[in-house]
Amino acid sequence: MATNAAALADTFPKLLIRNAKLYGSRPSMRHKDLGIWQTWTWAEALEIVRAYAVGLSRLGLKRGETIAIVGGNRPKMYWSVMAAQMLGAVPVPVYADAVADELAFVLAHAETRYAAVEDQEQVDKIMSVMDRLPKLHEMVYDEKRGLRDYDHTHLHPMEEVIEDGRKALLDDPSAAPWLDEQIAAGKGSDPSIILYTSGTTGTSKGVVMTNARSIKAATDTVEFDHLTVDDVALAYLPLAWVGDHYLNYCQGLVAGFCTACPESADTVMQDLREIGPTFYFAPPRTLEALLTSVMIRMEDAGFLKRKMFHYFIGVARKYGDRILNGERVSPIGRLLYWLGDVFVYGPLKNVLGLTRVRVAYTAGEAVGPDLFAFYRSIGLNLKQLYGQTEAFLYLTAHRDGEIYSDTVGPTFPNVEIRLSESGEVQFKSPGMFTGYFKDDEKTAEVLTPDGFVRTGDAGVFDEKTGHLRIIDRAKDVGKLNDGTLFPPKYIENKLKFFPNIREAVAYGDKRDFVAVMLNIDLTAVGSWAERNNVVYGSYQELAQHPLVYDMIAEHVAEVNRSLAADKVMAGAQIKRFLILHKELDADDGELTRTQKVRRGFIADRYEPLITALYDGSSEADIATEVTFEDGRKGLIKARVKIRDMKTEPTARPMEKAA
Amino acid sequence: MRAPSGPADVAVGDVLLSVEDVSLTFGGVKAVSNVSFDIRKGEIRAIIGPNGAGKTSMLNIINGFYQPQQGSITFKGQARSRMRPYEAAFGGIARTFQNVALFRGMTALDNIMAGRSLKMHKNFFWQLLRFGPAMHEEVEHRKRVEEIIDFLKIQGIRRTPVGRLPYGLQKRVELGRALAMEPELLLLDEPMAGMNLEEKEDMSRFVLDVNDHFGTTIALIEHDMGVVMDLSDRVVVLDHGIKIADGTPDEVKNNQAVIDAYLGVAH
Repeated sequence: MATNAAALADTFPKLLIRNAKLYGSRPSMRHKDLGIWQTWTWAEALEIVRAYAVGLSRLGLKRGETIAIVGGNRPKMYWSVMAAQMLGAVPVPVYADAVADELAFVLAHAETRYAAVEDQEQVDKIMSVMDRLPKLHEMVYDEKRGLRDYDHTHLHPMEEVIEDGRKALLDDPSAAPWLDEQIAAGKGSDPSIILYTSGTTGTSKGVVMTNARSIKAATDTVEFDHLTVDDVALAYLPLAWVGDHYLNYCQGLVAGFCTACPESADTVMQDLREIGPTFYFAPPRTLEALLTSVMIRMEDAGFLKRKMFHYFIGVARKYGDRILNGERVSPIGRLLYWLGDVFVYGPLKNVLGLTRVRVAYTAGEAVGPDLFAFYRSIGLNLKQLYGQTEAFLYLTAHRDGEIYSDTVGPTFPNVEIRLSESGEVQFKSPGMFTGYFKDDEKTAEVLTPDGFVRTGDAGVFDEKTGHLRIIDRAKDVGKLNDGTLFPPKYIENKLKFFPNIREAVAYGDKRDFVAVMLNIDLTAVGSWAERNNVVYGSYQELAQHPLVYDMIAEHVAEVNRSLAADKVMAGAQIKRFLILHKELDADDGELTRTQKVRRGFIADRYEPLITALYDGSSEADIATEVTFEDGRKGLIKARVKIRDMKTEPTARPMEKAA
Repeated sequence: MRAPSGPADVAVGDVLLSVEDVSLTFGGVKAVSNVSFDIRKGEIRAIIGPNGAGKTSMLNIINGFYQPQQGSITFKGQARSRMRPYEAAFGGIARTFQNVALFRGMTALDNIMAGRSLKMHKNFFWQLLRFGPAMHEEVEHRKRVEEIIDFLKIQGIRRTPVGRLPYGLQKRVELGRALAMEPELLLLDEPMAGMNLEEKEDMSRFVLDVNDHFGTTIALIEHDMGVVMDLSDRVVVLDHGIKIADGTPDEVKNNQAVIDAYLGVAH
């Protein structure tokens, strides 16, 4: 049994050796290169990683040192992590799209002497901040192009490092036993990786994981979802994100399944289709984009196809989820659903590359009930999980057959969760972090005296199901001046469930009423504009179009209606809104790298707009600095309109009148 | 670690192509008059000038599309007064066009594959079969094409008909098709025209990489002066069909005749 053996290996290199022994000829990694899928078995991976580790040690990498990993999902980047761990060094993955400044912060804070990077772009970025990284000594890179003329005294192609290690292993009889010693010397309590948080709340912190805890956590989840060596996952999410490291790297090593790397970031959709993964993770944002693109393409389909699609999607909404949950469904319902599967759901899943998916998860943000129901209704076993980097991901997860879109599932096996008096979720978990790197103060801040970790999320346990429900960040839940509860994220999410609204930022804490700033979704609204003969020249123009305002106002009214239905929230209805003239962007610091809005920062940046929202004016001027991808800055000026909304009668009209 | 040295690092060698005293007229209109310049191996050579200066005519003369009435062209040591387009193509000159000229209904892959057709030698009968030498040849060519696709980072649009692609990507596919010929001399007619800043930067990067990676000599026409000054090793300036300056970007930038031609001069 795979999982029992996993329990015996207490470090990732030992797991790699186990996999090479048990599943030597099974695929460990696939990558599409020059249009052809290349495969490496576990035995091949072990051989490469051993050679790579020796090569790195010949460059001077030693036990306990840190090595930055900067790049996309490529086999060599994953092997860089493995090779570093084999030597007892600690990999520090960094988001590949981080700007030079962020990169410099992490590399300097983690004191990395080494960096394994993907290509010229990353090399250039690191070189541009070299003066802030006095410790950085050697860099290895994967993609050679454009780097030929660079000074190679401290810069090495990975291929050559691996080849050098391979030669050393052949020529020097003491090299192999030395490496075996290094692997044996690795302990479960050694740090295995430092994951820097995305910095939703200020600067990022380095979360230190250990080998044994990571493996323990991954063993639990592998068992929970019955993942085996036959499973396949597509690694397409940022390498530096806990999700990718956990779901693909750790679970892959524990279960022995195959991780496929896409050809490039643009080909993920096609690669998904070709690989046909059995385990799939997608943030709500991706699922949403996928559904939007399907819906838009269906609008352009022929009459018959369009009718058939909408009819059977209706059928799926009625019966699909119940069939998936194993509930009783009438024979006619089953027959219709079966027909729908033949004509619509099957082909649709095939196009999306989801045919073989056995377990699919979404997490990171609240997922819209309609969105969630859609995927489940066409037969995708989509579930939610809740977790965070400090917990090494899983805290709660839906169990097959017990799935509700508004909960994140019951407490995970071996995890302890409790709610503090203020409603904050606190936990103890097997994969729990050991502390923030070089930051005891912050570590002490999140730990309770009895060893629980504060998540900072406000949640409630659903009385009927026992599942956890997350409302908002605990510190973000505020109050209006009249004392009404104001959970900004709850309102923002309700707005964002409309495909036309891409991003929403709600204000109301210590204010008289709730006001929101919105971003339209260019794909959805653009397609709507095309169908309705709305002419526009730019994003800015489309965003400020009166008809677009009318359409969005209807969405806001609907949100107000649903808020009015909830007694606690009825007072938090939206009174005024505006549509921003530019998309919120991580490069401008308005979103985190994981695409979460930074409310406070946005409030400062768009101060004139906030003032206008609350002083009753009907439009406001704003000039904002924007950062282009290459780091250059420019200025965008605009006049933004503000729309007043009628609020729905609240549940207590009499009291208000009095 | 040292920052990379500039793009001009490619070894610039002997003269690859020289144009001597070339004139071209259409009826009474003098498109090019008595122009001489050379292009050296491995360099990036820009041809600039105001509208109607005769830049595109010059490119068309180089690749044999126009026959000059006077003067001679020496390519790889061989002088000739007239060169036919197919001779230019066989000789190793490839080009892209000011207005994208791709097969719109074909995929990006097929378009680039078309660039390989000169290099395919097996006859029609072998090509009818799904086995044998023609198949083998096709596989080899496909491999080269995939390398170009990888080089230009257009894996995502491999199977997309080019008519459906945005303009910037079409330009990239066109560059890919020209590269598929493995040219010694690559002529780019306004490769950045109509692009936004980001696309221009991408394209500049590709032009530099082509020059660096494949050692291809490049002659380009471009209106964006920033791009020209950043990319090229030497610049020749035409105005009303006459060469008014020739030299490094810095020399040309400070040349009074060039400044007058671009900004106008009081008569």
